[in-house]
Amino acid sequence: MIKKDAHLILEITDLHASVEDQPILQGVNLQIRAGEIHAVMGRNGSGKSTLSKIIAGHPAYTVTSGEVKFQGKDILNMEPEDRARAGVFLGFQYPVEIPGVSNLEFLRVATNSRRVEMDEEELDTFAFEDLVNEKLKLVQMDPIFLERSVNEGFSGGEKKRNEILQMALLQPIVSILDETDSGLDIDALRVIAAGVNQLNTPYSATLLITHYQRLLNEVIPDFVHVMSSGKILRTGGKELALELEEYGYDCVEKPSNNKEVN
Amino acid sequence: MESQTAVGKVVSQAYKYGFVTDIETEKIPKGINEETIHLISAKKEEPEFLLNFRLKAFNQWKKMQEPNWANLGYPEINYQDIIYYAAPTEKNKKSSLEEVDPKLLETFDKLGIPLSEQKRLSNVAVDAVFDSVSIATTYKEKLAEHGVIFCSISEAIKEYPDLVEKYIGSVVPVSDNFFAALNSAVFSDGSFVFIPKGINCPMDLSSYFRINSGDIGQFERTLIIAEEASSVSYLEGCTAPMFDTNTLHAAVVELVALDEASIKYSTVQNWYSGNEQGIGGIYNFVTKRGQCRGKKSKISWSQVETGSAITWKYPSCILQGEESIGEFYSVALTNNRQKADTGTKMIHVGANTRSTIVSKGISAGHSSNSYRGLVQMGPKAYGARNFSQCDSMLIGDQAAANTYPYIRSQQPQAKIEHEASTCRISEDQLFYLQSRGIGFEEAVSMMVSGFCRDVFNQLPMEFAAEADKLMALKLEGSVG
Repeated sequence: MIKKDAHLILEITDLHASVEDQPILQGVNLQIRAGEIHAVMGRNGSGKSTLSKIIAGHPAYTVTSGEVKFQGKDILNMEPEDRARAGVFLGFQYPVEIPGVSNLEFLRVATNSRRVEMDEEELDTFAFEDLVNEKLKLVQMDPIFLERSVNEGFSGGEKKRNEILQMALLQPIVSILDETDSGLDIDALRVIAAGVNQLNTPYSATLLITHYQRLLNEVIPDFVHVMSSGKILRTGGKELALELEEYGYDCVEKPSNNKEVN
Repeated sequence: MESQTAVGKVVSQAYKYGFVTDIETEKIPKGINEETIHLISAKKEEPEFLLNFRLKAFNQWKKMQEPNWANLGYPEINYQDIIYYAAPTEKNKKSSLEEVDPKLLETFDKLGIPLSEQKRLSNVAVDAVFDSVSIATTYKEKLAEHGVIFCSISEAIKEYPDLVEKYIGSVVPVSDNFFAALNSAVFSDGSFVFIPKGINCPMDLSSYFRINSGDIGQFERTLIIAEEASSVSYLEGCTAPMFDTNTLHAAVVELVALDEASIKYSTVQNWYSGNEQGIGGIYNFVTKRGQCRGKKSKISWSQVETGSAITWKYPSCILQGEESIGEFYSVALTNNRQKADTGTKMIHVGANTRSTIVSKGISAGHSSNSYRGLVQMGPKAYGARNFSQCDSMLIGDQAAANTYPYIRSQQPQAKIEHEASTCRISEDQLFYLQSRGIGFEEAVSMMVSGFCRDVFNQLPMEFAAEADKLMALKLEGSVG
């Protein structure tokens, strides 16, 4: 939902970043306001996943210049855990398995660390179980997955449900969902999309990273950005995604069609 | 980058037990020969049987070779450059705790082991050993009401010579191995526990070993006897100051369990492990063995090994009595340049004996961590069973983990199972937890304690919490 005067949640200015001295991002500009849903599309290797990891603070990437402001505050010097507590959420493309760490306990510790930041009361095991059971319904997840180790032995779809469950528990201000649709069958995709739609509020924003159009049929973006070689080449409305679907990325990347919008 | 500096700060606080107590100490001259043995024995006013025990051990030791099969590799130890006996000077003979030098009480207070009456740990009796001598044992009288004997081994030698003579060296013979022979020749103190028939020891017993002097060797000796249908839970903790030289610690622990008796022996070992470059630290060579002599007896070892530059330790069970049970639960953590070669031996002699081995090795930094275990089924071990699980966790890319399981079976009906795994804490796992608001250190310790859960569940309550904290502390700065 676009409201011109809504406050800026995320403001990325001329962001350059590299991994192992290899430049990946080469001047990304992006502004996201409260209530908006943005989609960043692009081929593999265009830098879109890197962008999401840099916003969340992955240590493998080095920001060489530029700014990332979250609610008006530069977050590039913050630890990943502090960004998360402040309300930045990254839904992973490949959620890692963490053997031995109980999913329930992990969810509780994570939820409480965010609640402390929001001046909400920390939840004990009983209160947390009530909360998590309520949120499970949103992603239609079997409670049995709470008793397992984090993501261990989960199918691709279960891992993604677990990600959206975390998003529901953490009540982030900006949710960046990195290829959340990859590896999902159509039913699972609908469940995930319904979850994302329900969690979207006028006070928060969502950034979808994807290279398929199909998620965008379920979660309708206000803006679509096309990324290529570490830059946003074009920005448009939801129709841009359809255009990409029809003509491919070439139509944006070829210099003749290239009109850069910032 | 940020996380590295944050981690760097915490690392510098490293070992909080590294202080030295400034106390007048009586030491005998360096080196070992027959006279040293006579001198130690005379200082402790020992009966003749013990002097003979020591001399026999010494003569065996002279003929023995230091073992080199372990995956350790350390500079040669000069046994003539070690002081074999050091004790805080006593002005007068102490008859009660109130007369113990306040400096010593203060030392143990600082280590979190209050010995004075008011501050004692509730429901845990403590024997505190400082360098070569036991300085105090708490709750002795209360335990005596139940017939339980808990005192230093020196005192036991004087007060209960018959019990000591009957059992000492009966599980670990003097010639068992190089370090056990050395210990038998020169051991200075340690704890003695006797639980009479039918008694469940009303409180946990514990020993706390403190090495204070840099140039001594600590040779402690512990003997625990549980008579028929009795039970006891025993805890052992250890720390030492930071010196840039290596200190030798060679202990022997013997456990005897008679019919239906049960002994649970838990260790949290946090000797100084040397600095990041591997300078200094304790050389820890320990022989621990329990004998399930009686039917349906049970011996359970649980250990959390985090300290020492070198660890060479294989707490073992001889399962002699029918249906006796042996257990070994171990977490061994090595960081920086530490080397550990540890594991167990389960010797099944009797029929229907059972043993369980759960070993978790965590190697970080440039350390090396080996599990070495033997499961042996004797010809009469009909229906005997063993289950072993050995898991290794690597942190960083410079650490090594090895598993050496030995299986020998002379009993075709015995069942032996062995499972092993290796895993690594990855940057992506840490980032995943961090990106959910969980701090870097909490993330590491969550993963490590998850990995160790099966073993921590076996520790007594107070120890489990301590072990969790200790692991987190030891690992700070090892990832990133």
